[in-house]
Amino acid sequence: MTGLALFNLFILVFMVVAAVISLRVKDLLTASVVFGIYSFLMCLLWAEMGAVDVAFTEAAVGAGVSAVFLVATVFNVKRMSSD
Amino acid sequence: MKKIALAVTVLTGILLLYAAQDFPAWGDLQSPASASPVSKHFIADTGVDTEVPNMVTAVLADYRGFDTMFETVVIFIAGIAIIGILRRTGADADAPALKRENEIAAEPDLIVTNTVRLLVPVIQLFAFYVLAHGHVSPGGGFQGGVIMGASFILVALAWDLPKAMDRLSVDRAVMLAGVGILIYAGIGLFSMLLGGEFLDYAELSHVLPVSREMARYHAMLGVEIGVAFTVTAVMFAIYANLSTRGRLEGGL
Repeated sequence: MTGLALFNLFILVFMVVAAVISLRVKDLLTASVVFGIYSFLMCLLWAEMGAVDVAFTEAAVGAGVSAVFLVATVFNVKRMSSD
Repeated sequence: MKKIALAVTVLTGILLLYAAQDFPAWGDLQSPASASPVSKHFIADTGVDTEVPNMVTAVLADYRGFDTMFETVVIFIAGIAIIGILRRTGADADAPALKRENEIAAEPDLIVTNTVRLLVPVIQLFAFYVLAHGHVSPGGGFQGGVIMGASFILVALAWDLPKAMDRLSVDRAVMLAGVGILIYAGIGLFSMLLGGEFLDYAELSHVLPVSREMARYHAMLGVEIGVAFTVTAVMFAIYANLSTRGRLEGGL
């Protein structure tokens, strides 16, 4: 296995882990932050595939601003998920 | 119910994984997207037609300018919708503030505020760079606008919302969002008045002292500036309304 394939595998595995955590965790603040991590891993994947413009947008919008929006919303609702 | 939901999710996942086998391999020259004559045209002629080195920007702002214009309108409408749902005025605003479950310290933190003080100029300068350099390197109006909006959000996070609203009030942000779309549509309309079609930037060479190719180059910067106006304003307006339940007062 080449280095690039290992890198891809590493990111994809962590993305699945981040996705499962952000769905399963009770604390919504944790879920928002882990969702930001998911977006950042996605951004790394775009950059690695050569789609730098998309990676840039993902980093600014996905990992940056939308994570802030989610955290701002969590502060205004009940912090613990009920299910 | 949860078991049924799990079964449906797993089944859909298996179906998607099965369908993913039919996708062309990454970088496949025979895939429909690569084999299409349109792709060949963009790759071969973008530099000749528009003098823009970054093909992605040229496709987004010029060849598919109509698409990008209405994408900007979508962002504008999303911002208006969020403000319309959350904003409290009149009798609603007089209601006592709802107690938050996890209230944080009211006093702004010294370390945080001073770090933000140092960071914000750098962030805003970088936003201008991303916007102005979008033709040559990755970037453009959307990314530059989001980074610019994030700098105002950072001020609101470190101090409180009124401090950020001194610099950009939400009312003015809504106005700026409209101005951004007007800039974009105005450039399109102007090229129409000069004898071309809507968003046919090459016609701007009649009024600019440049060639038809360079007119497209410069008009792309113009429409990107319009996009950046809208995105900056909408990002800040969304944050302001989300973080304070539409009351526009106090911190997060």
